Amino acid sequence: MTDSDPTTGAGPHPDADLPDPVSGERYDDPSAVGTATGLVVETSEGAQELFPRTQTSPDELRREAGAVLRLPEGVVVDPSDIDVEQTDDETMIINMGPQHPSTHGVLRLMIELDGETVLRTKPVIGYLHTGMEKTAEELTYVQGSTNVTRMDYLSPLHNELVLSLAVEALLGIEMPPRSDWIRMLLVELNRVSSHLMWMATNGMDHASTSMMIYGFREREMVLAFFEKTTGLRMNHNFIRPGGTAADLPDGWEDDVTVICDTILPRLDEYDELLTGQPVFRQRSEGVGNLSAEEALALSLTGPLLRSTGVPWDLRRTMPYLRYDEVEFDVIVGTFGDNFDRYSIRLNEIRESIRIIRQIVEKMPAGDYRVQDKKVTPPPRGRIDESMEALIHHFKVFTEGFRVPEGEVYVATESPRGELGCYLVSDGSPKPYRMHIRGPSFVNLQALPLMMRGGLLADAVVVTSSVDPVMGEVDR
Amino acid sequence: MGLEDLQHNFLTGRLEDLVKWARTYSMWPATFGLACCAIEMMSVGAADFDVARFGMEVFRASPRQADLMIVAGRVSQKMAPVLRQVYDQMMEPKWVLSMGVCASSGGMFNNYAIVQGVDQIVPVDVYAPGCPPTPETLMHAILTLHEKVRTDDITRRRGLDLGDRPDTTGLASDQGGDTDDAREQDVDPTTGWTPDRPDAVHLGTPKRNPIIARSVGEPL
Amino acid sequence: MTTAADGDTASDAPAPARSGGSSARRRLGTAPEVLFPTRGQYVDVVSALRDEGFETCSDLCAVDYLTHPGRTLPDGVAPERFEVVVNLLSLSQVRRVRVRVQVPAEDAVVATLFDLYPGTEAMEREAYDLFGIVFTGHPDMTRILLPEDWEGHPLRKDYGVGRVPVQFKGAPGPR
Repeated sequence: MTDSDPTTGAGPHPDADLPDPVSGERYDDPSAVGTATGLVVETSEGAQELFPRTQTSPDELRREAGAVLRLPEGVVVDPSDIDVEQTDDETMIINMGPQHPSTHGVLRLMIELDGETVLRTKPVIGYLHTGMEKTAEELTYVQGSTNVTRMDYLSPLHNELVLSLAVEALLGIEMPPRSDWIRMLLVELNRVSSHLMWMATNGMDHASTSMMIYGFREREMVLAFFEKTTGLRMNHNFIRPGGTAADLPDGWEDDVTVICDTILPRLDEYDELLTGQPVFRQRSEGVGNLSAEEALALSLTGPLLRSTGVPWDLRRTMPYLRYDEVEFDVIVGTFGDNFDRYSIRLNEIRESIRIIRQIVEKMPAGDYRVQDKKVTPPPRGRIDESMEALIHHFKVFTEGFRVPEGEVYVATESPRGELGCYLVSDGSPKPYRMHIRGPSFVNLQALPLMMRGGLLADAVVVTSSVDPVMGEVDR
Repeated sequence: MGLEDLQHNFLTGRLEDLVKWARTYSMWPATFGLACCAIEMMSVGAADFDVARFGMEVFRASPRQADLMIVAGRVSQKMAPVLRQVYDQMMEPKWVLSMGVCASSGGMFNNYAIVQGVDQIVPVDVYAPGCPPTPETLMHAILTLHEKVRTDDITRRRGLDLGDRPDTTGLASDQGGDTDDAREQDVDPTTGWTPDRPDAVHLGTPKRNPIIARSVGEPL
Repeated sequence: MTTAADGDTASDAPAPARSGGSSARRRLGTAPEVLFPTRGQYVDVVSALRDEGFETCSDLCAVDYLTHPGRTLPDGVAPERFEVVVNLLSLSQVRRVRVRVQVPAEDAVVATLFDLYPGTEAMEREAYDLFGIVFTGHPDMTRILLPEDWEGHPLRKDYGVGRVPVQFKGAPGPR
């Protein structure tokens, strides 16, 4: 057998200059590669990881206890709360993820434990980084939906909506009413399916496997409707700049009404299953507390912010689409704990169903997309008849339509919080810069604060309560 | 007294068939859900598309206890070593099902951040296309794998039979991996792209390509 | 420091209908005031905004204007290669404001907003990771999305997408 091992032939180990964060050893020895120790080094992320106390300055330790958050006057962090003298022997840094059974994607949590108590946490992200913002610069605006829809994959229509709203804001076009109402219907149904998914996985994290099965059962009904309307169960690419890809199918009112009528009584069943149950209550009440000042300082939005008592919901305060024409309540919590967030999401499903029923009544007739030949393609039938229609179709789908130069930041309320799109256009058919403000990316910053002082078992449910979707965290 | 004399309570068969039957019908998947495909994988495990009827509802979190790794979702460059590590921790016999187009070939993300096909890192048995594949597609892929396990040779090592495809997994044959001459024929003159250096085209190449280098030489 | 109305200016594309659009944008909060401080004024400007009632920072991102140097800026603002864009939100007044700072290429360093808005910690790390802009005073200036040993900053305009040719080797051009 020839000595064709490229590792020994290719020079020093690529990670040789990074010390092992736990023991400080240096893996300079190439023969260590391929053995079990070599494998441990390979997944090290160096400076991005959590370092043990001996390698962390007291300032940093205080910071991780929240001492630099903008706390109001008179509120101080008790210095005796932070044990800067505690030696490494007494604490243990463990690694949760990036592959772990809690179904929240590829999140890696480095947790420092004192027994079962969590001291410090550091989320290490980037394991799903897809370069979507770079890819967006290569795609036209028509193709853009396919890219952004895969960011927050539990509520793909929200991503498409925010991109379309940004593009339409730059184009300065007025949308036909039916298109707004169709979008609102799909987006609210998506909120229902996303929150049901959350209830399923959250129940699973609280060890209720039946909730997992129930949540998916309801979700299938919504996905079946999506498949009927958009063609796909997930990642629909349906809401596009200029309107939607197609009109709603015939009989959609009946389908949607059946969905609403079925889900609402079942929500009461889940209420009984979980809300009244002592184990669930004990595991979620008082766990993962946040205060309003901390939430605003950390730029949290969505159910996390509302659970602290701040009644901020973009659908109500900065309405987009036709949210100012439907009635719904904004659900606000009091204590900022897991149980509040659970109640908020449960009741948001009820509010969404209320909105959906109003949409069914109020849906106007009309165009489902704007009749601007420069933006939306002509109907397929026209292509056979008119040369002009053929040319427009060709131009829209190959070169794409041009968007005037400018910049815009549009934000919508996704099931996770404020989903924003900062779009810079240079007048060409492709975005110059598209940045999506993912709510989960920002909400994950709350994890160290929420987990501190809790038990390791609570770490799982706290992560679940933040409802991160790693697709939009890492983009 | 031979088996023919026994009137009842015995079924006879080949040991090989028994082993294959056991492997097929209690193949436990490892949880390797990464992105959108993971949601469809969970749907397959849930009530509507119930994969429990194939004996697979037990998604083992520990790779030591799992047989099948369903790579569900896009594998980023940062996740690639983790994928390999989890694969290495699984015990033989093990299979890999590449779910979705991102795992099979990089999908719609042909860029710096995504590994263009998980078969650059681990040997794949079945590819399930779709973005994401519907639960029916995934079940068809699982059943195809079951068919493959039930009818294939139980001692056949995956990766030995590559034909003229270059081996990037390091698991094939006793020669300890690929030979350089097989690679050279496949060089793109304009970009310098070769099958084993797919990152040759872009600027700012990541310094490490850990999977290919490190997997060679490891004990099987 | 100069201010400008929302930077949506004319271009060569055919002018689309505007009347309904602008009221829709005001409803969306997408026509905010945009401020252009220099790097030296940056933290003071943001601090003044915070005192004015902008409780939270919605978003902080960076843009690389290498291939679009001729963008429209108000008088007195010298364009540089990079821009750090901060979108602030006031819950009490229900309005947004945008702050755009020009950052030169050879000295891509900006002060951090972490002391004012701790929520910018992850956002600034992302800007550093993808653009290479260093935020001084940030507690943890490391990469966040890419592996630690990655070379280069992918979202810069001189960094290629990294497309691997498929099927037809040498097939050029965009999709």
